Amino acid sequence: MKLGIVVLEGPYQHEAADTAYNFAVAALEKGHEVFRVFFYHDGVNNATRLMVPPQDDRHIQQRWSELAEKHNLDLVVCVAAAQRRGILDEDEQGRHGKDANNIAPGFRISGLGQLIEAGIQCDRLVFFGD
Amino acid sequence: MSDVKKFLYVNRKAPHGTIYALESLEVVLIGAAFEQDVALAFLDDGVFQLLKGWDTSELGSKNFQPAYTALGDYDIQKVYVERESLEERGLSEDDLLEMVYEDEDDDWAEKSSIRIVSREELAKIMQDSDVVLSF
Amino acid sequence: MAMLHTVNKSPYQCNTLESCLNHTQEGDVVLLIEDGVYAAAKGGRAADALAAAKGVKICALSADVKARGLDGRIIDGVEIVDYAGFVDLVTETDKTQAWL
Repeated sequence: MKLGIVVLEGPYQHEAADTAYNFAVAALEKGHEVFRVFFYHDGVNNATRLMVPPQDDRHIQQRWSELAEKHNLDLVVCVAAAQRRGILDEDEQGRHGKDANNIAPGFRISGLGQLIEAGIQCDRLVFFGD
Repeated sequence: MSDVKKFLYVNRKAPHGTIYALESLEVVLIGAAFEQDVALAFLDDGVFQLLKGWDTSELGSKNFQPAYTALGDYDIQKVYVERESLEERGLSEDDLLEMVYEDEDDDWAEKSSIRIVSREELAKIMQDSDVVLSF
Repeated sequence: MAMLHTVNKSPYQCNTLESCLNHTQEGDVVLLIEDGVYAAAKGGRAADALAAAKGVKICALSADVKARGLDGRIIDGVEIVDYAGFVDLVTETDKTQAWL
């Protein structure tokens, strides 16, 4: 089955970021297609490659990036929510004249239409938030 | 299955306390361009989003309440508000924003988008939708 | 037409579970996740409301039950499922609503 996942909360702050990841792993292990993971609200903070968690803890960004590489996942960060919170890719950095970008490998920044499209394309859309 | 899905946006949170209400509205506005069958539901503290008369000047944040009244221009015609949630909070329909749309099947007559529904009716509306977007 | 409802808040903090149970239909499934699992803890006031829910299957996510020290403290009638079971509930029902 084709599944869409929506993540609305930030890493380390709210368990939703963990629940969504564990759900995605289980869905892939069961042979389902994860059509897209859409990061919105504070969920966009999962996409910063600058996070440095303690070594004995999980690395929330890295495990998403690794999962994306292994399964060719489409990890989409909402552009409007990302701009508000300082999550930028190279294009956005240039457009807004900032001195750095921070998007992690495997993530891409795009519009809210990607969420609606996931709702249209997927057999199920599952939300994780506060 | 037809290409048009029934999207239901479920709003259960008060505005301002968190960004959920504002960013939900942004999804609705973008989603309106996709020509799906869209409805909004307001229940629990979500009904506070429609309580008219916001003044955010002292708070210093953007007053996004006008965007709700503009939803009719985006062809959003179904705004369900749960009666029990209103009553529990001492509110009635008179306390809510005016939200209207133009009915193309009725010579573009201006009609209210707000439909006050019972808890039981809202449960059926949820059941009847294809995609539930929770904010 | 069955629906899966996820509830992630403690019933001792807010009315999310109550509101969810007020909108379920016969044949629906309610999955308690994150702090939602406290609702199913034995001896609690909320557990009575859960036990009284008719026509609705109640499940709780094992990772959240165990993480909170609730293993063995969950009331009878609540099915414990793992993440794979969560995925099955999503695919076996027609749609999912998260009660955020």
